Amino acid sequence: MEVGPHGKINQLFDHQMSNSDENWDLEIVPNTGLFDINWRELWQYRDLILLFVRRDLVATYKQTILGPLWFFIQPMLTTFMYVIIFGNMAQISTDGSPKILFYLGGITIWNYFQECLIKTSETFIANQNLFGKVYFPRLATPISIVISSLFKFLIQFSLFLITWLYFLFHKTPGVIPNITILLFPFYLILMSGLGFSFGILISSLTTRYRDLRFVISFGIQLLMYATPIVYPLEIASEKYKWLLLLNPVTSIVEAFRYAFTGHGNISCYNLLYSILFMIISLFLSVIIFNRVEKTFMDKI
Amino acid sequence: MAKTVIHFENVSKLYQLGEISTGTISRDLSRWWALSRGKSDPVSKIGEVSRKGPDKELWALSDISFEIKQGEVLGIIGGNGAGKSTLLKILSRVTKPTTGRIRIRGRIASLLEVGTGFHPDLTGRENIFLNGAILGMRKNEIQDKLDEIVAFAGVERYLDTPVKRYSSGMYVRLAFAVAAHLEPEILVIDEVLAVGDAEFQRKCIGKMKDVSQNEGRTVLFVSHNLASVKSLCSKSIFLKNGKLEYQGETDLVINQYLNNQTQNQSEFYFEAKENQEAYLTSLKITDHRNQLINSFLNNDLWKLKIGFHANDSIKNLVVAVGILTSDNILLRSVFSNPFQTEMGNYEAVFIENDIVYSAGTYQIIISLSINNHVIQQIEDGIFITFEETQLQHSFIKTKNKGLILNQMKIEILSV
Repeated sequence: MEVGPHGKINQLFDHQMSNSDENWDLEIVPNTGLFDINWRELWQYRDLILLFVRRDLVATYKQTILGPLWFFIQPMLTTFMYVIIFGNMAQISTDGSPKILFYLGGITIWNYFQECLIKTSETFIANQNLFGKVYFPRLATPISIVISSLFKFLIQFSLFLITWLYFLFHKTPGVIPNITILLFPFYLILMSGLGFSFGILISSLTTRYRDLRFVISFGIQLLMYATPIVYPLEIASEKYKWLLLLNPVTSIVEAFRYAFTGHGNISCYNLLYSILFMIISLFLSVIIFNRVEKTFMDKI
Repeated sequence: MAKTVIHFENVSKLYQLGEISTGTISRDLSRWWALSRGKSDPVSKIGEVSRKGPDKELWALSDISFEIKQGEVLGIIGGNGAGKSTLLKILSRVTKPTTGRIRIRGRIASLLEVGTGFHPDLTGRENIFLNGAILGMRKNEIQDKLDEIVAFAGVERYLDTPVKRYSSGMYVRLAFAVAAHLEPEILVIDEVLAVGDAEFQRKCIGKMKDVSQNEGRTVLFVSHNLASVKSLCSKSIFLKNGKLEYQGETDLVINQYLNNQTQNQSEFYFEAKENQEAYLTSLKITDHRNQLINSFLNNDLWKLKIGFHANDSIKNLVVAVGILTSDNILLRSVFSNPFQTEMGNYEAVFIENDIVYSAGTYQIIISLSINNHVIQQIEDGIFITFEETQLQHSFIKTKNKGLILNQMKIEILSV
C-alpha cells in the first residue's frame, strides 16, 4: 500500500480495521469471469421483472384512444393486406389452408418473435439512464420484455384461435389439427429463446456499434421474407429450401402451422436444429450480455 | 465498538479517455483495412500520434481506503472531477472498480438522482412499487410501507394520478420517500436536497438523522452544500483528483477543503466595468505590516485593502465588507461612511482591530453601493482563515466557544 502524505491518517484507520474479518454481505471487486452470472440474485429481483412487465403493458396503451384494441387491429389489418396482395394479386399458394388463417397465423407468431428481438435489442440504449444510476441484475430488463411480449402475443393469439375455431367448426378443408398441437407451448419457448438471444446479442453489440440499430429495422424485414410467413415452405424449390431451413425460425413457423392446420413441411431434424441453435445462441448471448453489462457504463 | 459496514480497500478506477472504438462498424472496418495494408489510420484525428498512451488514461480514483461504521453519516466532499460520483457509482455497483475491493454488510440503496426509474405515464402508486423494486425491495415490503411513504411525500391526493402531472417538488418528495423507507442498512444520497422547498429539505435532513441515530443505519451523503454536510455528517472524507486527501471529523475536513480551494490567495484583481459609475478593481488581504497573507492567528490584526475606480464624481459612495462562516451565515457586515469621489482610483482600507473570530475559514464579500443601491458585489473565492491560538487574557481553549471570542467587560463584586 502506498503511503502518501496522508499515510498517517490511513494507518490510523487501518488500525481500526482489524476487527472486520467477519461475514460480509456483498463484495465489490474488479471484473470477474465470463461465466459469473448471479442467477440467485436475478431470482430475488423477480418482483422487479413483473413490475417491468406491468409497466410495459400499461404504458404502451395508456394514452391511446383504442387502448388494448390495437393488439387486435394491427394483425387484422396486416392479414387483410396480405390476403389481397400476396394471396389474391400475387396468387401465392397458402398450402391448401384458408388464406386468412394462413396469414394470420404467420403474422401472429412472427410478431412475437419480432417484438422480442427488437425490444430486447434496445435494452442498453433505452435504459442507459437507469443503468447509469441504479444497480439491479440487467438481465431483468430483457426477460421482462419477453414476458410482456408474451402477453401481447396471447391476446393476438386469441384472435387467431377464434378464427381457427370458426374454420374448424365449418369443416373448411385444409384445417386439420393433429396431436402436435400439444407441442405449441414448446414452440413458443423456442421462439422466445431465439428472439431473446438475438435481441440481447444485438443489444450488446450496439453499445459498441451504434449503426447496428439501423441494420435491425430492415434486417428483421429481410428475415421475415427468409421465413415462410407469406408463403409456405412447400413452394420453395429444393435449390433454396435448405437455405430457408438454415434460418432457425423457419422450422418453428412450419411446425406451428402443421399443428393447427395439418399443412406444413417439417421434419424432426429441422426442429432439432432449431432447438440446438436456440440453446447455443442463448448460452453465447447471455455470456456476451453479461460481459458488456459490466463494462458498458464506462464506454457510453 | 460499532461494526464496520463499508470497507474500501485500495480501490482504484481507471477510465480510458478518448474513443475506444470508432463507434461504427464501417469505420472500424476501414481503419482495420487501412492499417493492415500499412497505411495510416483514416479515422485518427490530425496530430494524433498513437491511440493509446499514458495521457489517454485517467485514474478517476486511486488507492482509496476507508471504512464506515454502522450508524455513521459520512459526508463526501470535493470539487468537480474529484471522483465523488465515480466512488458512488462503484458503491452502487453501476460500474466496477479497476483494482481493490469493497466489502459491504447489509443492503445498500442509492438515491442518486431524483425520479430515476419513474415512468411518467404510471400513477404515483405504480411508481412507488416500480421504484421500490428497482431499488431492490420485494413487493410485500413496499405494500407494508406504502402508507408511510405516501404520508411522508405528502401525495395522498394524487396517488392515482400519473406522475407526469406532478410538480417537480412532488416528484422529488416521492422519490426520496421511497428510498428513505426502503430500510436499507446503507443509504447513499447524492445532491437530492438541491431540489425541493426548504420545509422538505428540513424534513429530509431530519429523516436522515433519524435513520442514522435511531435506527442505526449508515448514510453516505454527497453534497456541494457544506452547511448540510456539516449539519448531517459526523465524519467526512475529502476527495481531490481521485485521491483521498483528508478524512476525519467533518469540521476539520471542511476546513481542509476550504483551505485547499482558496489556494491561499490573498490578492485579487477584478475586471474593469467601464459602463458603471464605479467598480471594484482589487482586493488585498494583509497583516498589520502590509504583508499579503490570508491566514492569521485569531488574535492577529488584519486588513482588507479594497481598490476601486470612480468614472465620475460620485456622491454617497459606500464600500462594504461582509464576513460569512462556512455555514453561509452572515457573521458581520461593515459599511464605510458615504463619501464623495472625483474621477480616479481609490483604496479603502478596512482594519480589523477588535473582533477575535473563532478558528476556521470565512468567506469575504465586498461590495460598492451608491445611494443605498448596490452596484457591484463580489462574493466568489475570497477566503480568510484563522487558526487557533491561546488568547492573551484567557486560559480557555477557543474551540467550540462560539464564533466571536472577545471578552466582555466583567466585574465581579462582592455583594
